[in-house]
Amino acid sequence: MTVPIQLRHDETFVLNLGPQHPATHGVLRVKLTMDGEYIVKAEPVLGYVHRMHEKMAEGGTFVQFMPNTARMDYLHALAYNHGYALVVEKAAGIEVPERAEYIRVITVELNRIASHLLWWAAFLLDLGGFTPLLYAFDDREKIIDLLERITGSRLTYSYMRFGGVCNDIDDEFITGTRDFIKRLRGRLPRLYHDLVTHNIILIKRIKDIGFITAEQCRRYGATGPVARGSGINYDIRKNEPYSVYPEFDFDVPVFEECDSMARYMVRLQEIEQSMRIIEQALDKLPDGPIMGKAPKMLKPEAGYYYSAVETARGSLGHRLVCDGGKNPYKLKLRSPTFSNLSLYGEVAEGMLLADALAFMGSLDLVIPEIDR
Amino acid sequence: METSIWRALLYLVGIMAFAGLNAAYLGWCERKGAARVQRRIGPCEAGWAGLAQPLCDGLKLLSKQLVVPNGVDGIIFRVAPVLAMIPAITSMVVIPFSANIEARAMELSVLLIFALASLSMIAVLLGGWASGNKYAIISSARAVSQNLAYEIPMLVTVITVVMISGSMNLREIALDQQGGFWHWNIFRLENGHFLTMWVSFIIFFICSVAETNRAPFDMAEAESELVAGFMTEYGSMGFGLFMMGEYLNIVVGACLTATLFFGGWDCPFGLTPGVWWFLIKIYILIFTFIWIRWTYPRTQIYRLLNLSWKILIPFSLANLLITAALIKVF
Amino acid sequence: MEIQEQTRIALAELFPAITTVDAPPVVEGGSQDEAPPRAPGVLVTDFAGCGSHLDVLCRPDQVVDVARIMDGQGFFLEAVSGVDWIDRHQLEVIYDYNRLGGDHCRVMVRTCLPRTEPVVPTISGVFPAADWHERETFDFYGIQFQGHPNPIRILLPEDADFHPLLKDFMP
Repeated sequence: MTVPIQLRHDETFVLNLGPQHPATHGVLRVKLTMDGEYIVKAEPVLGYVHRMHEKMAEGGTFVQFMPNTARMDYLHALAYNHGYALVVEKAAGIEVPERAEYIRVITVELNRIASHLLWWAAFLLDLGGFTPLLYAFDDREKIIDLLERITGSRLTYSYMRFGGVCNDIDDEFITGTRDFIKRLRGRLPRLYHDLVTHNIILIKRIKDIGFITAEQCRRYGATGPVARGSGINYDIRKNEPYSVYPEFDFDVPVFEECDSMARYMVRLQEIEQSMRIIEQALDKLPDGPIMGKAPKMLKPEAGYYYSAVETARGSLGHRLVCDGGKNPYKLKLRSPTFSNLSLYGEVAEGMLLADALAFMGSLDLVIPEIDR
Repeated sequence: METSIWRALLYLVGIMAFAGLNAAYLGWCERKGAARVQRRIGPCEAGWAGLAQPLCDGLKLLSKQLVVPNGVDGIIFRVAPVLAMIPAITSMVVIPFSANIEARAMELSVLLIFALASLSMIAVLLGGWASGNKYAIISSARAVSQNLAYEIPMLVTVITVVMISGSMNLREIALDQQGGFWHWNIFRLENGHFLTMWVSFIIFFICSVAETNRAPFDMAEAESELVAGFMTEYGSMGFGLFMMGEYLNIVVGACLTATLFFGGWDCPFGLTPGVWWFLIKIYILIFTFIWIRWTYPRTQIYRLLNLSWKILIPFSLANLLITAALIKVF
Repeated sequence: MEIQEQTRIALAELFPAITTVDAPPVVEGGSQDEAPPRAPGVLVTDFAGCGSHLDVLCRPDQVVDVARIMDGQGFFLEAVSGVDWIDRHQLEVIYDYNRLGGDHCRVMVRTCLPRTEPVVPTISGVFPAADWHERETFDFYGIQFQGHPNPIRILLPEDADFHPLLKDFMP
């Protein structure tokens, strides 16, 4: 509900939301200038989790940066792995075998489902519903167990290598994934939609809250579910396909309403589409090697390279500048949440505090990704 | 009724014990209930089925240092938690647990309970203000506006019950409903009151949930927005007293609901009444409070206030008029 | 691709002397006695090989005009990064533009600044996204963006007096 009343700018006080706060997902500080319960100005202050990954990239070889990629957006770490692997493979001209591509897609989509489940849980926790957290984590636990079998980690995966993946998947993983998909398909309508999505309190809480127009998305560079909730049909997997995504038949959910409810529905439907992709990938999974030919010490040709992948939060870009040496000369990580959050100041003006928090939750923020 | 000193002492100890046990073990009930709703187990380590958990929590809270921050108003900061407990315990003096168990039968017991409820609202206000913390002040302001808004429909619905029973004495209201569930106020068949009583009950129940600051009306302590709301600056027993006050308010709310609408200590099938029926009824109501809390997310403050001022008050006033008309006509 | 051609033509108007550089991508970096430095202009690059459709090298003062043309063509600013070419005594700013939906086209706009006095006008008037990206580039490299509405550091502490991504930075 944006305010039709006149904000009195003279009687304002400054409230610090964060850096320690249950609702800011990570260490984010938002300086709110408030007039009563209305926000006059919102200014996100970043840098509390800044670890300077870009300097670390320059300091080590290409392969030494792979574990770092997982530490940024730890919820969709495999997509970060994938983006980095893609840009280096582009630079060095490394071919990836088909089986490896399929495995990459399966694991990235499983991770996407896990990320959206956690977003859903945290979003509802912000709004005061404690129970959905437990339901979502029940499903997430199954995904994490599956991924732990093949990658060795539960959260921060360093699974991909230049030329493929480091471990093969076995039959138990395949049957486990199929069982998980069946189980989640059974739970989604009852536990997720009936109990929560159609809950009148939730609907009143997030419908018509936080309008982001398509033009605002373009001017601020917002991508991912934030843009798709505002009617922009842009998904890198369809518009700029990479890996083996052209082989799969899936839809891109786009909603026109531009409010938090639209973004919520986009993400829940993306879970279903990811399940479709995984099923098709498992059916079509070819045999073969899982690693292509890659030199031991990578020295790509000098030049400027860019790769873009679609993470759960938007379009992740890696801008790699090589100079022919064995370290990246410059690696710029374009994180989607950084751009998504930059429109917070403009949109939150005039909102109520509770609505501003619901809006922030609907943006799906992961602060380590913003701060890198 | 003899007014001997022994009787007074017995009731004093009894009420303190009841209040203490409830405050402590309602926390256990809530955690177990929450756990089952969330498909997990809940406290199970401390004692059999976690029953020693409240004792452990109490000991832990007692052993912590009561940190008093610098910018607080010393006396009010320390008094506010105590003030939160007093109304709830005092209200139990006039609640009829059964035909023979009532600490003090008063002619205006309903009025006393609501007067004391306003006192607990002041405790919340003082607690938030004395903390000297912006979050706490916002939360107190929200709590006071919410409590104020929901007291009105609550009182109006209580007036309908009082009009039907003809007395403000809780004991007489309960006595009026003896003899089986068809005599209970909520199903009152005579004079057509059943048309209005269930509306009264629903409005009263919603207002109780809002008055006790329970989800979905827990703006005041909206955890994810205002940290712990007006309780942010309180540690150890200060926090403990606020929580216990909240649980006791729930108990008093449930007792009131049971007495006003469900016949107090009456057996639903017309058999021997007794204090057990009363306890069963209040615990079913308390379970409903817990169940609602863990199912729904929170509403927004303006929707909450809208619900009260624009929906509940007109409905309860209309209800009052219809009840009065029915009494007059029949 | 249509939009790529359209954008190339629109951008080429900024470089009247040389419309398109048809030579294969000239690599820059390493020692100075390699290939001669590229002249400003619009280059069509191999998308599959390097990830961009167009590679534009412009002068620092043309940055805002380029941004206006990109805005007019419906692009969005995806990222602003800096590169420290310490051997050439230059700091380079790379702007990445992309399209949201429809025809796909990625444009990389580069501009080189002298390392001792890295000043470039801000494009945050055209793309508000540049606000935070330019603050980050200033934070890491010390590049001054003239006309920026809020030129303070974003990720490092406000009172830091160093720029960490410079190649000669010693912690």
